[in-house]
Amino acid sequence: MSSGATPSSNPVEYIQHHLHNLQFPMESHGFWVVNIDTLFFSCLLAGLIMWLSWKIGKSLSIDKPSALQNVIEAVVEFVDTQVKEIFPSRNPLIGPLALTIFVWVFLMNAMDLIPVDLLPSIALFLGIPYLKVVPTTDLATTFGLSLSVFVLIIYYNIKIKGPIGYLKMFLFHPFGKWLMPVNFVMTLIEEIAKPVSLGLRLFGNMFAGELLFLLIALLSFAWYVLPVQVLFGSLWAIFHILVITLQAFIFMLLTIVYLGMAHTDEH
Amino acid sequence: MNVTATLIGQMLTFSVLVWFVMRFLWEPLTNMLEERKKRIADGLAAAERGQHEQALAEQRASERLHEAKEKAMDIINNAQKRADEIVDEAKIQAREEGERLLAGAQAEIEQEKHRAKQDLKQQVSSLALIAAEKILQKEIDLQTHQQMVDQVAEQLIVK
Repeated sequence: MSSGATPSSNPVEYIQHHLHNLQFPMESHGFWVVNIDTLFFSCLLAGLIMWLSWKIGKSLSIDKPSALQNVIEAVVEFVDTQVKEIFPSRNPLIGPLALTIFVWVFLMNAMDLIPVDLLPSIALFLGIPYLKVVPTTDLATTFGLSLSVFVLIIYYNIKIKGPIGYLKMFLFHPFGKWLMPVNFVMTLIEEIAKPVSLGLRLFGNMFAGELLFLLIALLSFAWYVLPVQVLFGSLWAIFHILVITLQAFIFMLLTIVYLGMAHTDEH
Repeated sequence: MNVTATLIGQMLTFSVLVWFVMRFLWEPLTNMLEERKKRIADGLAAAERGQHEQALAEQRASERLHEAKEKAMDIINNAQKRADEIVDEAKIQAREEGERLLAGAQAEIEQEKHRAKQDLKQQVSSLALIAAEKILQKEIDLQTHQQMVDQVAEQLIVK
């Protein structure tokens, strides 16, 4: 493991190194492995959100909101508007859930904008062999989120429609009672596609974005391509601001839509 | 690139984060926003009420002013009338007084005239007597001609 691989010496190794998580236990494969870097950065950002929430929440002012409170208010109202427009009934959990997804995913995505070599180099200097900075380029994060949403979808389906109603949705939808097996398979696919598409969409976008940053970083093989690297890097970073916001927004929006579907008792 | 046990950690983190955000940010903040909305609505309603009250007060004030003007006009009219009355009364009194004074003066004049006639009568009669005395001293006795002299004096006065 030549951990000090530079972009110029061995591009493939450089990229593989960057895409390797810091794991425990090391060098093992299969499910029972913990990605320490993913957990660390996602928990760090979760801690940031908690700290902000606590700080703002305990000193709310009606008449003289601070600048920070104004920003948070704008975000909360934005999310609340989305929930009120999309979500058919009232559920006090949906608002905070959507807000958390939006902000947390946005912050985790935003880790992508930190120069790709900065934190891994510091980590290497401190003796940590691998470091993958963006938690949403790890399937564990995106599926962690989408499976949590999936659990809520099933919970609310059963709570609102009742177990029988939920079963009926599988059996009589979309083709009526004469095509029950087909209905069951189709609805099953439809339901399972929800968390899978949610998780894979976010992962795919972020992974591709990260990969592109790594490829741009490969341009630093000689001094005369430096302007090109800077140009491409800047352009992609600027475009990526749109991508990270959009992906966070889509994840939030689809969560609201799916849970809204779970709350309707039509089928 | 596979799913690892990190998934479980991420799900737990996510649950805690959602709970925390709900408990410490979402609920207080939405409550606060609701309260602010209510306060703004109250403020607007109060402003509207204030404006309404102001309009009412202005209307009342103008009514009062109008009333006061009318009252003042009444008072002036009354005073004018009263003054006219007083002047008329004074005129009537003055005329009556004048007539009374005139009547008194005429009565006095009449009295004076009467007294003067009496005086004149006496004086004439005594003058006539003196004259007759003087004429008749020689030839007529006073006692015998007294009746005749009186008749003459009477005739003088009646004239």
